[in-house]
Amino acid sequence: MTVVQIVFYVFAVAAVIGAIMCITQRNPIASAFWLVSVLMSLAGVFVLLQAQFIGVMQVLVYAGAIMVLFLFVIMLLDLGGKTSDRRGAPSWVLAVVVGGAITVSMAQLADYTPDQLAHEISGSTELNADVVLLEGQRLQEAIEARGVVGAIAEPLFGFYLIPFQITGLLLLTAVVGAVVLAKRRI
Amino acid sequence: MLLGPSLALSAVLFGIGVIGVLVRRNAIVIFMCVELMLNAVNLSFVALSQYHGVGGRVMVFFVMTVAAAEAAVGLAIMIAVFRHLESVDLKNINLLHG
Repeated sequence: MTVVQIVFYVFAVAAVIGAIMCITQRNPIASAFWLVSVLMSLAGVFVLLQAQFIGVMQVLVYAGAIMVLFLFVIMLLDLGGKTSDRRGAPSWVLAVVVGGAITVSMAQLADYTPDQLAHEISGSTELNADVVLLEGQRLQEAIEARGVVGAIAEPLFGFYLIPFQITGLLLLTAVVGAVVLAKRRI
Repeated sequence: MLLGPSLALSAVLFGIGVIGVLVRRNAIVIFMCVELMLNAVNLSFVALSQYHGVGGRVMVFFVMTVAAAEAAVGLAIMIAVFRHLESVDLKNINLLHG
């Protein structure tokens, strides 16, 4: 097992423990802080997957901006967790069955390899990953040529320009909507 | 690198998020569980983008933007609900209950 794998499993265990604590804590503020720990662990995983810029964005946008917004609202509404908001046993059984089914069915991807991905894309079992997955190699070349930020920025402002503009419109709508909803009297 | 383990971690986090949405009644905690699920999906996007090109990483930015917009509007709705009902517990939000 290489160092990268060991660090990955440390972050993975931290993320899973944080997620379990997040959904079982009675106090919403404790839940929010456990969620911050999950987001930080995932930022570490993103760095290990060679997506350093996305890891930084995860810390800045998610753990920074979005979670601060959550904490502000929890404290503004004074949701101290005086009474438990957990549902009864039937809901737990249903939740564990549904969540467990989703987890078990998707966790079978644990031994998924790039070669399998290549086989599924090409439809033939002879071609291996190096021949089929050229886009991944192009991404590596772009990272070497333009750096981690440039490799994402170039398609974001080129091929994905229209979706990028639409997300700008979405954010504008969300800002206007949030102000209208939270204002007492317009 | 680490494709399979990343997808498995993503699956486990998504499942925990689903369980959280189903067992909690506090609307803000449910929002946090939805953020957890969005992050699990982001993880599989990033893991697959190593082999499938830069599109997955660009998509992660769009997911983050949508999550930010969702959090802003959702929390504003929660403040409006709290003003009416003095609570964000889902058992009190039952106007459509027959």
